[in-house]
Amino acid sequence: MRTSRTLRTAVAVAGALGVLSLSACGAADTGKSSAAGGDKTVKLTVPSWVGAQANVAVAKQILEEELGYTVKTQQMGEVLAWDALSKGDIDAILEDWGHPKEEKQYVETKKTVVKGGDLGVTGHIGWFVPKYFADEHPDVTDWKNLNKYAEEFRTAESGDKGELLEGSPDYVTHDDAIISNLKLDLKTKYAGSEAAQITAIKKYAKAEKPFLTYWWTPQWLNAEVEMVEVELPEHEEGCDADPEKVACAYPNTPLQKFLNADFAEEGGEAAEFLKNFNWTTEQQNEVALMIAGEKMAPEAAAEKWVKENEATWKAWLPQK
Amino acid sequence: MSATATTVPKPKPKPKPKPKTAAGEARMRHSGGGPREALRRRRGLLAGGGALAALLVLGAVLLGGGTWPAGLTADISAPLDAANDWVVDNRDSHPLFLYFLLHLSNTATDAVDSVYQVLDALGWLGVVAAAVLVAWRAAGLGRRGLRVALTALGAFAVCGLLGMWDATLLTIALMVVSVAAAALLGTLIGLAAGLSDRVDRALRPVLDTMQVMPAFAYLLPFVLVFGTGTPAALFCTVIYAAPPMARLTALGLRGADPAALEAAVSLGANGRQRLWTARLPLARRQMLLGLNQTIMMALSMVVIAALVGAGGLGEEVYSALATTDVGKAFAAGLPIVLIAVWLDRTTAAAGDAIGTSAPARSWLHGGRAWALVAAAVAAAAAVRTTGWPDAWTYDISAPVNRAQEWITTNLTFTEDWAREFTLWLLNPLRDALLWLPWWSVLLLVAAAARLVGNWLSAVTATAAMAAIGVLGVWTKSLNTLSQVLAALVVTLVLGFLAGVLCARAGRLERWVRPLLDAMQTMPQFVYLIPVVALFGATRTSAIVAAVVYALPAVVRITTQGLRDVDPAAVEASRSLGASSRQQLFGVQLPLARPALQLAVNQGVVLVLAVVVVGGLVGGGALGYDVIKGLSRGEMGLGMTAGIAIVCLGLVLDRVTQRTSRAPR
Repeated sequence: MRTSRTLRTAVAVAGALGVLSLSACGAADTGKSSAAGGDKTVKLTVPSWVGAQANVAVAKQILEEELGYTVKTQQMGEVLAWDALSKGDIDAILEDWGHPKEEKQYVETKKTVVKGGDLGVTGHIGWFVPKYFADEHPDVTDWKNLNKYAEEFRTAESGDKGELLEGSPDYVTHDDAIISNLKLDLKTKYAGSEAAQITAIKKYAKAEKPFLTYWWTPQWLNAEVEMVEVELPEHEEGCDADPEKVACAYPNTPLQKFLNADFAEEGGEAAEFLKNFNWTTEQQNEVALMIAGEKMAPEAAAEKWVKENEATWKAWLPQK
Repeated sequence: MSATATTVPKPKPKPKPKPKTAAGEARMRHSGGGPREALRRRRGLLAGGGALAALLVLGAVLLGGGTWPAGLTADISAPLDAANDWVVDNRDSHPLFLYFLLHLSNTATDAVDSVYQVLDALGWLGVVAAAVLVAWRAAGLGRRGLRVALTALGAFAVCGLLGMWDATLLTIALMVVSVAAAALLGTLIGLAAGLSDRVDRALRPVLDTMQVMPAFAYLLPFVLVFGTGTPAALFCTVIYAAPPMARLTALGLRGADPAALEAAVSLGANGRQRLWTARLPLARRQMLLGLNQTIMMALSMVVIAALVGAGGLGEEVYSALATTDVGKAFAAGLPIVLIAVWLDRTTAAAGDAIGTSAPARSWLHGGRAWALVAAAVAAAAAVRTTGWPDAWTYDISAPVNRAQEWITTNLTFTEDWAREFTLWLLNPLRDALLWLPWWSVLLLVAAAARLVGNWLSAVTATAAMAAIGVLGVWTKSLNTLSQVLAALVVTLVLGFLAGVLCARAGRLERWVRPLLDAMQTMPQFVYLIPVVALFGATRTSAIVAAVVYALPAVVRITTQGLRDVDPAAVEASRSLGASSRQQLFGVQLPLARPALQLAVNQGVVLVLAVVVVGGLVGGGALGYDVIKGLSRGEMGLGMTAGIAIVCLGLVLDRVTQRTSRAPR
């Protein structure tokens, strides 16, 4: 009785495994089949910050209305997006703030991703204080005087040091190294997400309290809360090569576009259009403000901008 | 009293199976056994205390103080990062991927896609009709069925009204597939564990670990292997949601009435017949409860799944956060709560309906009623409606945003509270933990676990704590631990208070129930922004988020535990002239002790589960590392922190979980 049951179980398990291996005997399609839809589909990643959402919204509007494509968008983290771009799960990243490790791995070694040229927008990261504080204490904008004001930036979280507010873990930062190398009385506080950082900044600004934050331009919040940059030691080529020894400001980054290698070759008009896509910081900010400041839907904001700026985007369309 | 764990109202994400309370109960009877027993225990305690003191002196002399020694760490991030790179380089070409994993991934995508197509083809009328009629049929035909059906109707109508129809359908499609897979997997595991003692013993620690493991911790490897998108989200959800099904299935099979089984044997049924005709039907109620729990846990993954690109309501919540648009996030979070309420009420009613036979004269019974449901749905689908009509939507984000604005401008005292809380509780607690020499922390953990449980749990807890040190995240883990402890204290104080109030005033409980449901199923992401607006990007915000999440379970278990106290005992004390205060403290609370202890244990597990979410609002420490690892694809960093969280979970679980004295 006992043995016959064991036997039956064994047969059942073997059968199940057999069926499983039968179903698996063909090689599976890699990546590309997972997206439904016909040939004229473009897949774009939507990063978490609003400036990049503006890029995607405008590109989507023009691709769909002018070139007759269907655009699918997917929200994901920056590094995950690189991975998906390499696999062909998405076709393009429209705004990249510099990921040297991924660039090396995917563009140079695996050759599954190709560069798509400049976006036209220049990004800059730095340390910022609110304008109302800088007006009262003009010398705070030099890093050498930061220790003098460290006390003003103290919070319950930072103890006896000044607090330097940080944002999402996604973003490039050398701040811990900069603080220790410049011997500043500061301590980083990781807000953990851009949303939390923005909310914290708004809270400070409403109470007109002093604060020091890692921040960047272009950013839609800059129109709402005026901030002044603290000047760190000037950026020189290669001064941030060793992450442990950084003691200089962040560079100005011309933001880049990247395309999936196959898409760049076979993507036809869509690929050509995305390569041509190029606008200024002000133009991006205009759309970003409509989305974040006026809380318009990205589609509506893009539609409005496209209607008003025909001359700009006509130049991005592929030449016939 | 042994029913505490299983009759607690439903959306309680982490069920503890009956045996734990039963064991606790057994121990209580055991430990209350006469003066000799008490003497023996006291002697044991004294001996233990003496040994502890001796060890402390010895440790102070031999090991000195300070944090975990650097020489005793093993960095596992390098091999993990290497594994990461290997997967990236090989996943398009290696046979393991081509012949196995990619098939899984493609099947998952197809399954979700086809369910979505079906729902879409039904049209809004068809979907609503199906939800309402199935709810009605499952809940029985009486007034209860009507109420459940109305709940379903309301839930779907609001989802449509909020303009979230399409996202809701996508989420439901993902839910259907993941719950089906989780239920299947859970049932299989549960069958094995229910029928074989050996499998049960082997599986228990695995299930225990899965229960304390935060979903974020294993999101990363899945994303690596399956890429972003539906498959990774689906598999994570299945793993997260399967354990309750497995536990409760095993429990149901083991708890089957021996008399019924005996009867089956005497009728000559063989093993398989006994399983199909006696054991499984007898376990049906437990299995439905398991299904209910599985659904709730799967729903709580919706937003987390969106982090890896699953789409649906989670993505709406997530994208609203980018513009700190609380109103929009709320509009997307509400449907998640409503789906949870609908599914909870439907499955709970179905569970209760088992065993109560339908009125015999009703012709709407059994197969006929199901046929009617199918026909009605087909008719509704035949109307060929498409998505929810745009004209019937209402945008609630503007009023919600105004309300949020008003609250954050007018409640300014919260910031001072947060400051005082940090300065007087959080910082001292963290500094004290860090000041303790590392070996004394291990001793403390061992002593506490031994005191509460048995030797086995003491060994497990100590090993887990030591593993944290070996991983090289000692300081961060103690920081996280201090936050968890502070959150736990707040949760328990509030939870016990609310629980006592609810148990004493039945009407209050009825009013509070929807609020508790919402607190538990509303994705934390929705209230993260208001919390930060009130408390700043601080550890306090992280703690508030944790308290909100863990409170409902504590309130429910406390209420239920107090309710289940033998009414005769309360009556007896009243007739002896005890005041209502004396009744509470002298009779009800002591008798409800197992339930209270279960509440503590649940509180710990749930608070720990949202540590990672706390990292998003300034909690820092381990939670932040997990998010950083996930968003930057740094497997070494993220996994190390994830494993440390699991170890902390094991420590806290063992320290708060009563087990029988002797290891079995």
